[in-house]
Amino acid sequence: MAAIYNLFIINKSGGLIFYKDYGSAGRMDTNDSLRLASLWHSMHAISQQLSPTIGCFGIELLQADNFDLHCFQSLTGTKFFVVCEPGAQHMEGLLKVIYELYTDFVLKNPFYEMEMPIRCELFDIHLSQAIQKDRVVLLGR
Amino acid sequence: MQFFGGSAAAEMTPSPAAPPGTATGLAGNNANMLYIFNRNGVCLLYREWHRPLHTLDAQQDQKLMFGLLFSLRSFTAKVDPTSVDKGNLGVPLLPGQGCSFYSFRTNTYKLSFMESPSGIKLILVTHPKTGDLRDALRYMYNLYVEYVVKNPLYVPGSPIKCELFNVNLDQYVKTLI
Repeated sequence: MAAIYNLFIINKSGGLIFYKDYGSAGRMDTNDSLRLASLWHSMHAISQQLSPTIGCFGIELLQADNFDLHCFQSLTGTKFFVVCEPGAQHMEGLLKVIYELYTDFVLKNPFYEMEMPIRCELFDIHLSQAIQKDRVVLLGR
Repeated sequence: MQFFGGSAAAEMTPSPAAPPGTATGLAGNNANMLYIFNRNGVCLLYREWHRPLHTLDAQQDQKLMFGLLFSLRSFTAKVDPTSVDKGNLGVPLLPGQGCSFYSFRTNTYKLSFMESPSGIKLILVTHPKTGDLRDALRYMYNLYVEYVVKNPLYVPGSPIKCELFNVNLDQYVKTLI
């Protein structure tokens, strides 16, 4: 049983720079994932405008009938979001771990161009390890 | 008369009884505002209890809210990882079609959403630490059925101006935790 279905990373202007599927039903093509990413970017921005009080930083958690979506925005505006099973715990922690991996293996990679799609082998390896670890933790409970 | 005969309303508590999952002692200012939209996107009701920040004028705010809900609905229907056939992004969805969301949370507020089978959308904005408000929204929908739909002077699709509805709504919202 997969706890996490998808992972998206979008840059500060709403472009999808990383997408990974961990076993969701039905295929989503590249165009759809790009569209979803930019849609999320704009809804994140709109949610800040609708806030009843000042200091809103956008949606952190979206709860739907069949999934939960956790979103983490870094200080530079890069957004990380995971689609997971309803009620999955410790997703904030996982997002922080992913962010750390991003800073270590993507941003510190001299060949990586900012705001461009992520193609870093080390990032992929460590990411799948992190997700795997998370799954082991979930199965162990 | 499009709002009559909703089966969902009949199955739920027939008339406003004791509100579910509410506190009596710790009645606070938890709720910020409530929007009711019909299926055409007309804002039937906007009520505000605690809103220090207004970024837009009322009409623009309501339009933006409806737009956000519309996009979020198609977003969740498309993202839904459990269904194989997801349809296309941006195509208007019928009430109850596809996977829908029921709440989202930011650091300053929580928005709870309910859509009735007839396309009435209830949106309640509360403090971010509030729990699950799906039952509360269903109760508010019941109030709407009782005091608005059953009001013979109410014209469906027009803004709600029913005194009794507002009084009962305010009373109920005060008990939310």
